[in-house]
Amino acid sequence: MTAADESLISNAGAAETPAASSADVVAELARQFGDGAVTPQTTLTGMPVIWVPRDRLRDVLVYLRDVSRPFSMLYDLSAVDERLRTHRRGLPPSDFTVFYQLLSVERNADILLKVALAERDLSLPSVSDIFVNANWYEREVFDLFGIDFAGHPHLTRIMMPPTWHGHPLRKDYSARATEFDPYTLTVKGQEVEQEALRFDPEAWGMQRQGEETEFMFLNLGPNHPSAHGAFRIVLQLDGEEVVDCVPDIGYHHRGAEKMAERQSWHSFIPYTDRIDYTGGVMNNLPYVMAVEKLAGITVTDRAKTIRVMMAEMFRINSHLLFLGTYLQDLGAMTPVFFTFTDRQKAYEVIEAITGFRMHPAWYRIGGTAHDLPKGWDKLVQGFVDWMPKRLAEYEKAMMDNAIVRDRTKHVAAFTTQEALDWGVTGPNLRATGLDFDLRKKRPYSGYENFDFEVPTAVNGDAFDRGMMRIEEMRQSVRILQQCVDHMPAGDYKADHPLTTPPPREKMLQHIETLITHFLQVSWGPVLPANESLQMVEATKGINSYYLTSDGSTMSYRTRIRTPSFPHLQQIPAVMRGGFVPDLIAHLGSIDFVMADVDR
Amino acid sequence: MSWWTPQVTATLIAMIQAVVILLAVVVSGALLSMIERRLLALWQDRYGPNRVGPFGLMQIAADMLKIFFKEDWIPPFADRTFFVLAPAIAMASLLLSFMVIPITPSWGVADLNIGILFFFAMAGINVYAVLFAGWASGNKYALLGALRASAQTLSYEVFMGLALMGIVAMTGSFNMRDIVNAQENLWFIVPQFFGFCTFVIAGIAVTHRHPFDQPEAEQELADGYHIEYSGMKWGMFFVGEYIGIVLISALLVTLFLGGWQGPLLPPIVWFLLKTAFFVILFVLLRAALPRPRYDKVMSFGWKVCLPLTLVNLLVTGAMILLIDPGA
Repeated sequence: MTAADESLISNAGAAETPAASSADVVAELARQFGDGAVTPQTTLTGMPVIWVPRDRLRDVLVYLRDVSRPFSMLYDLSAVDERLRTHRRGLPPSDFTVFYQLLSVERNADILLKVALAERDLSLPSVSDIFVNANWYEREVFDLFGIDFAGHPHLTRIMMPPTWHGHPLRKDYSARATEFDPYTLTVKGQEVEQEALRFDPEAWGMQRQGEETEFMFLNLGPNHPSAHGAFRIVLQLDGEEVVDCVPDIGYHHRGAEKMAERQSWHSFIPYTDRIDYTGGVMNNLPYVMAVEKLAGITVTDRAKTIRVMMAEMFRINSHLLFLGTYLQDLGAMTPVFFTFTDRQKAYEVIEAITGFRMHPAWYRIGGTAHDLPKGWDKLVQGFVDWMPKRLAEYEKAMMDNAIVRDRTKHVAAFTTQEALDWGVTGPNLRATGLDFDLRKKRPYSGYENFDFEVPTAVNGDAFDRGMMRIEEMRQSVRILQQCVDHMPAGDYKADHPLTTPPPREKMLQHIETLITHFLQVSWGPVLPANESLQMVEATKGINSYYLTSDGSTMSYRTRIRTPSFPHLQQIPAVMRGGFVPDLIAHLGSIDFVMADVDR
Repeated sequence: MSWWTPQVTATLIAMIQAVVILLAVVVSGALLSMIERRLLALWQDRYGPNRVGPFGLMQIAADMLKIFFKEDWIPPFADRTFFVLAPAIAMASLLLSFMVIPITPSWGVADLNIGILFFFAMAGINVYAVLFAGWASGNKYALLGALRASAQTLSYEVFMGLALMGIVAMTGSFNMRDIVNAQENLWFIVPQFFGFCTFVIAGIAVTHRHPFDQPEAEQELADGYHIEYSGMKWGMFFVGEYIGIVLISALLVTLFLGGWQGPLLPPIVWFLLKTAFFVILFVLLRAALPRPRYDKVMSFGWKVCLPLTLVNLLVTGAMILLIDPGA
């Protein structure tokens, strides 16, 4: 075992679950279901990874959901096309693997279940009755991999248009536009596409008529001022009361996960910026950290702290955007201009440090793109001094406003249990009163060295979700202040052969580093075959990258779990019985961007 | 020249006055679109339209050119007659209301002895514009907007009338000039303060201005009843809304702030200053307030404003009887 490996493991241990707890759950499962039923796999994901036979899957999931200190959240569900994978020694034979990541708040631990499927029999029992939020995830797997889920209530395409042919995330599905015939759209074709998007209430088990009234089906979006992007939600209305609604996503789908399979580990970084496009480098963080786990790189303290500082800059930036648009959705037109003034102040700092504004793609495998420029501390200090009085102003002028309170208090409220059932994370989860913040619970990138609090609220309504962001901005400002005061000295890049690109000073002096540099920027770094996963507390909730390396210059499979996806899935559950203006208030309070939902 | 009698002169003068007032109102309505944007910008930390002409003053010309030459599209699924009729009603009913407003002692279009009632009638007709537009557009958002507008108008017209009855009782007349003259010593805003408050609220509701713009609520209904309109038809709704602002402001001045009365300055200046004050207040409200939910707006109307106006009327009546039992 090399020194790099050792540091990697200690890194993984610190960042993720305590080892004892993970052994517990594997032993528990083995006891419950017999040794043959569970096959552990060693990975760098920092959690137990267990292969489960298809016919035991539901039992295992029910057991884990109901065990003492339960795994109450289905955090992620997706699949891997394993047919072209070369490094899978010791793993059960599988053409397609579906994986289920469960999260336990009580244990502060995760578990990853995998089910092997053969190509001729791509079918699984649906688990949407065990975990309600499995519904959309299973539809996504069906859409992108063509795997059937028996017993699913509405197994249709979710990302691709209903008229689409093929399953894009399969390995035999081309990734490049040049491999297809040129795209054409005739008038007739357009009509077919539009007809395919027509909402059919019966297909969703909806009635067109109530006992005394005829319902109106209102198509809100994909172009609507309050849909926050290309998001469509079909409302079943009785007057203005929302009887039921069906969110429809996929209009912003760019196939980021597919792109990851044909970009080098290094050149995929800019794509991550555009997942949650208001999060900037916050998106780079889980990706580069997952890659660093695969590569066995330990990042310097300075690089870690710089990353934290820039990530928190973007958290404030994203929350400011949230605050402005949230209040605008409530009909207050002015605050957004003020929050954009603040955002401009933030961008001035970001621009000076990274050279870009919205999408700096500034983190690198093993560090950051540059060191901090001279005078950075004055810039950040200026922003830190500017923000608190502005936040106080927003709170006084808007959050204390009677109309704002009237519009948001007790609107679209949900409990902690409901939040966990639906996979809600981040400020929306903490608004229900649970202080589950990964920066505290599973510190990464040196968050354990910072002094800050995790704000929580009580009611979990649209008002609390708004207040949550203001409080979080205050805490982020505190973190920024600590970065300014205690920025560690040292290198901004790790001294490791897989650091990409290698430190420039060395590259200019050593022929060996020059060769590495050339290979890594032209061909790309080659990472050892393994699997790794990194979760971070992103701007909108927990964002994670689950990377599968097959020992190549490119990722074999990149699963991007974003917080906004489950947040949107939850909308119907909290909106039934509300009014149209309540729906708008709720949409504003979720804080989602469609790029983060559709990827 | 036996036909040139003083009557003819008076008629001519009245006609010229009417045309001048009509033009002034339309132009000020159009100008308001630019003034509002500049004012909002002032309060919102930005510039607003400042590129066309000095201080952006020619923006209005640019906007009008654009709106006149824009394709005047009628959706194929719309009910043509009512679709075309709606914007005409929207603008005309509010313009006609201006007839009863005495601008100075010598200026004004008509000296009606049912001045206030005429305004109520026109405000009532104005609702049809929204209803027709919402219905004829054949659009669900427009329909929802129209529903909101009609429900809201029903709630607010009830007490809008009652809010002014205190003034009528004190003046003993529906005539606007009589009302202005009755305020020589004391503006009605003092004895009729609650009437003033409720009438301001109802007035904003009549113009569908923020925070009572639920019928067009951009964030909810994506512009509501006029979602399908474009070009000059949309422009008529747009200018109609600004004319509504000027009208309600002018009415507030006439009914509660003593109309043209004031020291030193000529009457017309006083009238314009006071009206401008309320117009700016309208814009400030839009900049400052979020939008309440429409059912809350209606329950506010029925549960707060209506009882308040009734109490106000009762107290006014009692006071009149107390002070002057013979009246």
